[in-house]
Amino acid sequence: MINVDNLTKSFGSKVAVDNVSFNVERGEVLGFLGPNGAGKSTTMRMVTGYFPPNDGSVVIGGFNMVENALEARRLMGYLPENGPLYADMTVYNFLDFAAELRGFSGIEKRKAIHRVVEMCFLESVLHQSIDTLSKGYRHRTCFAQAVIHDPDILIMDEPTDGLDPNQKHEIRMLIKRMGENKAIIFSTHILEEVEAACSRVIIIDRGKIVANGTPAELKGRSPIAGAVRLRVGSHALEQIKEQLSPLPGVRRLEAFKDEAGRELLRVFPQKETGDGELASLISETAKKSDWRIEELHTEEGRLDEVFRDITISDTE
Amino acid sequence: MNEAIRHIRTISKRELISYFSSPVAYVFIVIFLILCGFFTLNIGRFFESNQATLAAFFFYLPWLYLFLVPAIGMRLWSEERRMGTMELLLTMPVTSWRAILGKFLASWLFLALALVLTFPLVITVNYLGDPDNGMIVSGYVGGILLSGGFLAVGSMTSALTRNQVVSFILSVIICLFLILAGFAPVTEMLEDKVPWLIDLVSSFSVMTHYYGMQRGVINLRDVIFFLSLIVFALFCTGVIIRSHRA
Repeated sequence: MINVDNLTKSFGSKVAVDNVSFNVERGEVLGFLGPNGAGKSTTMRMVTGYFPPNDGSVVIGGFNMVENALEARRLMGYLPENGPLYADMTVYNFLDFAAELRGFSGIEKRKAIHRVVEMCFLESVLHQSIDTLSKGYRHRTCFAQAVIHDPDILIMDEPTDGLDPNQKHEIRMLIKRMGENKAIIFSTHILEEVEAACSRVIIIDRGKIVANGTPAELKGRSPIAGAVRLRVGSHALEQIKEQLSPLPGVRRLEAFKDEAGRELLRVFPQKETGDGELASLISETAKKSDWRIEELHTEEGRLDEVFRDITISDTE
Repeated sequence: MNEAIRHIRTISKRELISYFSSPVAYVFIVIFLILCGFFTLNIGRFFESNQATLAAFFFYLPWLYLFLVPAIGMRLWSEERRMGTMELLLTMPVTSWRAILGKFLASWLFLALALVLTFPLVITVNYLGDPDNGMIVSGYVGGILLSGGFLAVGSMTSALTRNQVVSFILSVIICLFLILAGFAPVTEMLEDKVPWLIDLVSSFSVMTHYYGMQRGVINLRDVIFFLSLIVFALFCTGVIIRSHRA
């Protein structure tokens, strides 16, 4: 539903977005990840038609964003960064305005407003002026305007920014639920959010896409993915190391301490070792040698490590 | 087309709701009315002149507008840019000219309302004497057109910057030029130095075109002048807004 092709945008001599292409289909939630200033917002502004691209094209549900901007925009809802609002209006007046611009009138309009008010829990502040609201309510008001026409396509720039953990969870669940029958793009720099809500992740760094895959695929790129984490209470680490290292399937052993200061062992598998094989191998050895295992766990890999690996921090 | 009108109406309505839900509208109207009264009755020596006419009122109106209209115009787009709502508005399924026109019409309507609220002056002159009411009506039409021209200039300068003070100063300067180019002391000076330039310069002035209406003559040419000033300034607004996004 969203086809982005070779999108390029530069401001002066600085290339903000460089040849970015991706597609999002109905039922997909695409997480847009990247360090600050990587070009996430600029890309989204081009997808929503706010910025015209220097090169490349955006096609929304078959409508080109440059040639048929109005038709394309009708299909989508947009939550801009920081959730801008007309502060001197009441929540109701603001939603009424958004509904009218989306073509609702009369009973249909009241229904649409009622629907989003219920969905975003805005009932209690409906006739309050927006500038008296807390950040959470303001954010939900802006979110409500983005979904007032129940769009097929939803684009959100940092939808959970500035919310408390409960509200963040709420929004994530909402995104996940809506993602079942919509095409959604949202940007964030919170990695757990991506794991919680996305079916696909794109990591963008300095204007370029540096990774594109499911959260599991990306985590698999982590150096510790597939390794087994092991904690044994009864025996010394040296002894366990000696027994494990000759085993087929074990490539390398590494001792480390966790946050609580307990000693652990990380066992890295050979390349050809299958999923879960290493863990069962270790547990058999443990049984034979009568170890008291306190923890045994195959690592999935960590997104933050992958993220750090492939993006370059601007503080370096 | 139908949809365009609906969108313009919705955007105007929103703008007006914003005006009247903050003190801005009320403060503006009160100050405007006080100044109108002050200039007409005190500075204009209304009672001493012993004539049933609002000539003084219409004479001072452009100078009042010079400062008060930019005060309304300065927030039109700079506020939207500063608050980020411009992104919200322009990613809705509306074209930018609908947004520009909607916002402009709302402010223009507001200024017209403020002008209409000076009606006690009209009642007063009619009570005291027997004024030429046709002249008064034509003066009001001129006032509305004049405020529209200045407001369109304000719309343009407010699109230039997110700083309202800068926008205000720029639009006062441009409006001042539009007044002075046809202001008698300036044209007389020009007449001495460069007589061939005088028609060209004064034809750009709002005063030249407002003058007739002040005297009770609504000339199609003068109306067209004000409308083209509005269209031109709003067109510039559109170009400036587009260039910010490119």
